[in-house]
Amino acid sequence: MRDVAVISTAQTPARRRVEDLNEVEMLMPAIGGVLGRVDMTIDDIGFTCSGSTDYLAGVGFSFVSTLDGVGPWPPIQESHVEMDGAWALYEAWVKLQLGELDTALVYSYSKSSPGDLPMVLTRQLDPYTVAPLWPDSVSLAALQARAALDAGLVSTEAMAAVVARSRKSALDNPNAQLAWDRSTDDALAEPHSVAPLRRSDCPPITDGAAAIVLAAGDVARDKVDRPAWIRGIDHRIEPMALGLRDLTVSASTRLAGERAGISDGPVDVAELHAPFSHQELILRQALGLADHDNVNPSGGALAANAMLTAGLVRIIEVAERIGAGEAGRGVAHATSGPCLQQNLVCVLEGDDR
Amino acid sequence: MGKERVAVVGIGQTEHRATRGDVSMAGLLREAAGRALADAHMGWSDIDAVVMGKAPDFFEGVMMPELFLADALGCAGKPLLRVHTAGSVGGSTALVAAQLIQAGIHERVLTVAWEKQSESEAMWALSLPIPFTPPLHAGAGGYFAPHIRSYIRRSGSPDHIGILVALKDRQNGLKNPYAHLHEHDITFDSIKESMMLWDPIRYAETCPSSDGACALVLGSERVADAAATDGRPPAWIKGTAMRSEPTLSAERDTVLPLGGALCAADVYRQAGIEDPRRDVDCVEMYVPFSWFEPMWLENLGFAAPGEGWKMVEEGATALDGDLPVNMSGGVLCTNPIGASGMLRFGEAAMQVRGQAGDHQVDGARTAVGHAYGGGSQFFAMWVVGADKP
Repeated sequence: MRDVAVISTAQTPARRRVEDLNEVEMLMPAIGGVLGRVDMTIDDIGFTCSGSTDYLAGVGFSFVSTLDGVGPWPPIQESHVEMDGAWALYEAWVKLQLGELDTALVYSYSKSSPGDLPMVLTRQLDPYTVAPLWPDSVSLAALQARAALDAGLVSTEAMAAVVARSRKSALDNPNAQLAWDRSTDDALAEPHSVAPLRRSDCPPITDGAAAIVLAAGDVARDKVDRPAWIRGIDHRIEPMALGLRDLTVSASTRLAGERAGISDGPVDVAELHAPFSHQELILRQALGLADHDNVNPSGGALAANAMLTAGLVRIIEVAERIGAGEAGRGVAHATSGPCLQQNLVCVLEGDDR
Repeated sequence: MGKERVAVVGIGQTEHRATRGDVSMAGLLREAAGRALADAHMGWSDIDAVVMGKAPDFFEGVMMPELFLADALGCAGKPLLRVHTAGSVGGSTALVAAQLIQAGIHERVLTVAWEKQSESEAMWALSLPIPFTPPLHAGAGGYFAPHIRSYIRRSGSPDHIGILVALKDRQNGLKNPYAHLHEHDITFDSIKESMMLWDPIRYAETCPSSDGACALVLGSERVADAAATDGRPPAWIKGTAMRSEPTLSAERDTVLPLGGALCAADVYRQAGIEDPRRDVDCVEMYVPFSWFEPMWLENLGFAAPGEGWKMVEEGATALDGDLPVNMSGGVLCTNPIGASGMLRFGEAAMQVRGQAGDHQVDGARTAVGHAYGGGSQFFAMWVVGADKP
């Protein structure tokens, strides 16, 4: 495939509630930042692709307004997916593979704060048989955690260790929303929220935006010293029905990881989009990273979880570490749907690998 | 590296109705997808990836419905993408699917676009109370009527042009068994006497609100060559393009949008079309209100600015004219919004494959499919041909 790299990244600080800005205003610093960092304007971009969902914006065609945050003229080549920005990045990567354009702008955003997020997410479920029961997203994740505990694939202690490590790592992440230094025992002492999940096993509810610039070949090399090359990217989905799949493993993550070529080299850093603590353990198994010692150094989705954006942020976190020379090769993962239904895996690499 | 050839090797659509109460959303999609697969002589397991498109999720009240529909579309263990680019989405979904083959990633991609508008009230769903944008209009017709009035003023078009377009499209729709509206008794006078909804748009010059889906199977050069050898001619994709304009740009001309003109110029260049009126055999364009036919004829380069209405008046765009437009009956006969763009793209492919039945244009070798969305700001087009590029 054609060499395409992440050459610039930006995210807005994750906040529980961005009340004084609308989506366009919240997004604009990310767009300005990601272009400005590599001394580019929208005129230098060949293709633009965004990810967002009308259901969180509370209005149809919400992405139409945010295109004004980019403000291109003359008209541009542009597309939008009703998916996490990681899949917008996938569409942009495919577009650059055609060899006609050299640069792409990818962005995503969401504000979950105006609604009741666990209730809003019930609207993703089968509208005929499941959604009328309004099963909230935390309860569905709790069912998955219970299945994984019963299968002996995870333990409450391992889940608490994920919680403690993630929130402690987040202390070093200026964009994080939830960060603290507390022991695993502290986490285990919490009462259950939706058993077997404790409140700290769950992600925060976040408003935020993020953006990436992709560039191909020599354009990437001209712009930055150390492009984060996309060496493999793949995504897979499973049926939604919870009774139809084994919730204790993530078959689609495993397949996407294989096809993205994770095992073709060492993994220096991994950012896994695991909104719930037990999901990191399931994803580690699926990606062959069970005992890896550098997973989610940003704090992951337990530290900031802007819907439709947290997957793209995983790619940003890995790309930034490669760009800074802290990592040679890394893995970023994004998820969508209830209980890890749909998954994307992206392998990134610096030039010295 | 570079672009691989890609062709349409299977086309399917549902019977379109105001309410398809006989099927679920999954059933609606499978009706179209199953027909496309049968047309391609393929089964579900032959498909490498699926790309789904539809307009706002509020129309059905399901957030990101591709997630629950993944199973019905045979996606277990496969890649599934969901595109949403407003009204142009049916077209842009097909283009995203085509890119997966052009980039050499997949060989057989199923793409499906749909809307089940009976689940909600589409007119009010399209009357957006965005902050700082008071809802001054009711429905898309209220939004577009001023654009049409501007067109009439600029072009000096006589008042009856919209009626002629509506009559032609509704009569073409009679030849299309899948069309939503089959108005056997329609006449020039019945359109003229129908209720004025948004001056100058009459009720009979307006698209219906439909339940429906369209599906295409796209194949690589190898897949398409094999279909051709088997006597099933592919529709080769000769050009693809998308353009978007920001809503609030002071530069915009919503009557003759630059985005639409650039999109057309891009696909024509790729397809080697120098004079569109001469080199294109037929066009399916997105005409939700009758007057958009002359407007888009100008925007897409088939007529000079201000001259599009003359092509309508002369009958050039009739099924037996020199540039037939909306042979299927178009959006004026069938409008499941998310699918409407793909129905245009699909009809163009049916024409060059010679499978359009009673609405077939004799000898069609090169056809254009066009879709637009938002406030005339999102454009998607393709050129398909009978001959391998």
